[in-house]
Order: sequence, then structure tokens, then C-alpha cells
Amino acid sequence: MRHLMSPLDFSVEELDALFDLANDIEKNPKKYEHACEGLKLATCFYEPSTRTRLSFEAAMLNLGGKVLGFSDANSSSAAKGESVSDTIRVISCYADICAMRHPKEGAPMVAASKSGIPVINAGDGGHQHPTQTLTDLLTIRSMKGRLGNFTIGLCGDLKFGRTVHSLINALMRYEGIHFVFISPEELKIPDYITEKLKEAGITYEEVISLEDVMPKLDLLYMTRVQRERFFNEEDYVRLKDFYILTVDKMEKAKEDMLVLHPLPRVNEIAVEVDDDPRAAYFKQAQYGVYVRMALILTLLEIEVA
Amino acid sequence: MLNVGKIEEGFVLDHIQAGKSLTLYYNLGLDKKDCTVAMIMNAKSGKMGKKDILKVECDIDDLNMDILAVVDHNITVNVVKDGEIVEKKELVLPKEIHNVFKCKNPRCITSIEQGLPHIFVLADEKKEVYRCKYCEEKYSQRVKTVVQ
Repeated sequence: MRHLMSPLDFSVEELDALFDLANDIEKNPKKYEHACEGLKLATCFYEPSTRTRLSFEAAMLNLGGKVLGFSDANSSSAAKGESVSDTIRVISCYADICAMRHPKEGAPMVAASKSGIPVINAGDGGHQHPTQTLTDLLTIRSMKGRLGNFTIGLCGDLKFGRTVHSLINALMRYEGIHFVFISPEELKIPDYITEKLKEAGITYEEVISLEDVMPKLDLLYMTRVQRERFFNEEDYVRLKDFYILTVDKMEKAKEDMLVLHPLPRVNEIAVEVDDDPRAAYFKQAQYGVYVRMALILTLLEIEVA
Repeated sequence: MLNVGKIEEGFVLDHIQAGKSLTLYYNLGLDKKDCTVAMIMNAKSGKMGKKDILKVECDIDDLNMDILAVVDHNITVNVVKDGEIVEKKELVLPKEIHNVFKCKNPRCITSIEQGLPHIFVLADEKKEVYRCKYCEEKYSQRVKTVVQ
């Protein structure tokens, strides 16, 4: 039985197969609408995340399956002190596959070690969020036609942003990628990541100004400065609006540059940018459902003829 | 001059960084064993200036020596049998360390689920980097807390 804890759990070839399946689902949704009939997805969300949870639920419903679960720890047995290991053993009796989000890092891994059903890590603290990374990769591959040979700018909270760390790790396996890290000094990309890039011979640069680097980017990945990652409210208030992508800044970008964002967006992308054909973040949310559908099918080992 | 007698069977851990022997005593779980231990601190050393030495009288297979390499690979491990040194052990970094160090990341699942084993995995052999199996927090001085 297979689980998904990190985007690196799948080889590049396995990811290609997963993305091919996701693209086929996109083109032929009818073909898959009964693929999971009679099967249930448990969404165990120990912290709120409407978007990810609904995306998983939509994926399972699109496949003809059913969903059950809880959306915050207070409405689960965790509030009574039950361990993750015990919870997953019980959930294994109720459902066929589980998507788990937990504020504590490594919780889904603990669950997977005791589970009788495949477990998908739907985000564990500031650690991993593999299905977001799969969404990002599928969006890039589908809209750019390739995963590699481009310059990608990552902007905003590069220190605490797990989606960014995860995406960099995943992109490192492809060739010809140049990273541009755009952040204030306080939210710089951690050293252990830049060290890894150096070791792998991958080029990168660190800048503060978004405007200056706009013309060279093929992709711009914007992130939100997340309040919940700060221990100090004062720091959060000071940094939350450091970058705002506006129509003016977009004028400096290439005609085929894509803007991605894991969503939800707060102030970091002006709403006027939404009408720009290069704004790909809502399309990205749609790809999130396709990739989760492909993932559910893959982990449940269901083949649709 | 302080004299500590020979041991018949066990280990002499030499060239321990001065002041570290007490930490090692707990790391090796000697506080939980019924064996004779001599701890010599701040002994004069030609090579190190000052050093600590631990003499442990116990069955040779009784101690998990993996941990020594993680704490300090410069330690010399002399195996003693019948009062004589019979072997000098080479320290090798273990692939995993179980229940010796505690992960100090407040966001790690081990911080709330007490029954979980604390496991550190060798992530980079060249740089001697260990990471928590659950949250991937790097092993450092900050996590050098012994699991009691």
C-alpha cells in the first residue's frame, strides 16, 4: 500500500504518469465519473482549510465516491486526547483512503505507519503540502508545456512558506531551471535550501525588488505572508504588504509569463490583475482537483479503461 | 595526581572533549545500568590540552556505541577484556538513532504525542547531519536533549 507524504515520494517518471492521467481526466471527465463508486474518502482536518478540504472532496465526488470526515480538531476525538495512531486505525475501518491535515509536523507520517488505508498528507504544519506541489507542477506542465528550462521567480514569504520549499525541492529534479528568490531580508529563503541548490549546481539569485526582475521571469509564484506562522504579531503587520503585484508591474513582464499563487490571496495580488490572461491562479485551483483525482485513483490502484 | 585503577571487562572511552563526559554518561544510558563507571574530567592531554575519560565496567555487548559517533567521532573506544585492551573500535555514524535525542521543534508531532519514539535519520553522511524522521528538524546542539 502506498501513501503520499512528500512530493518526492514519486519519481519523475511516476509524476509524469500522474500528470498524464490528470490531463486525461481534464479532457474526458465523463470517463472517470464512476471510477470510485462505492468507495469513501475520509478528510481528517485537524486545522481549518476549506480550500484543500473542498478540493479533495470535489475530487472524490467527481470520481463517483463518497466523503466523510471532520474539519477541525475540536469536532474530532483529538479533543478528547486520542492519538493520531488510534484515530487512523479507526478511520481505516470506515473509509478506503484518507486525506489528513494536521498542525503538527509529521502527524500524517505517524498515521501512515499505523494505517490500513492509503494516507495523503494534506499539509502538516510548516513542513510539507505535497498535493499543493503536485498542483503547481501540473499547472506549469499543462500551461507551459514543459517542466524545466525556465526562470521562475518566487516572491513573498520564502522563509516559512512550505509551498515554496516543497516546489523548489520538486523542481530541482528538472533541468535548466533558474530560481529568482524575491523577499524582504526577514523572510529570506533558508540557507539549507540555497546550499542544496549550490551542491546540485542549480543557479539562483536573491533580490528584494520584484519590479526589477519582472522582465526576465517565465513564471512568477506569489505567496501570502501567513499570520499563523508568526509568533510575533508586530512582525506580521510590518511584512504582510511588502509585495503587491499590480497591473503596472505586469506591464514589465513577458507576454507569456504565468502568475501562480497557492491561494488564498490577501493583498499580494491586486484584483485588477485577475483579468490579465497571464493570471493562472484560478486555473491552478482547477488543476488542484484534477491532480487530486489522479492521485486518489493512483493510490487506490484503480485503472479506468 | 589522581589514580583510577584498571578495569577487567568493559570500555575505556578516551579523548572525550573536556566537560562532555557527563552528557555521554546519560547518552549511553549508564545512569540506568548497574555497572561501575569512573568519570575522569579535565585530565591533562598532550593532544587536546584537557580531556575527559570514561571507564565503564560492563559486558562488551551491553552498550549501544552508535551514539558516540554522533556526539563526537574523535572519541577513542578501547575494548577491554581480562584487564587488557583487545580492540580499538572505529566509530561509524548510525543510519538511525532511536530514543536518544529529543526533537525540540515545538511544531513536531512528538511534542504532543508522548508515546512516539524519537527517531533521527542520517540525512547527510558527509556533513554528519541528522534530521527528525517526522518533521525533518536538523539535529543540532539545540536538540541535544536526552530522552529520559
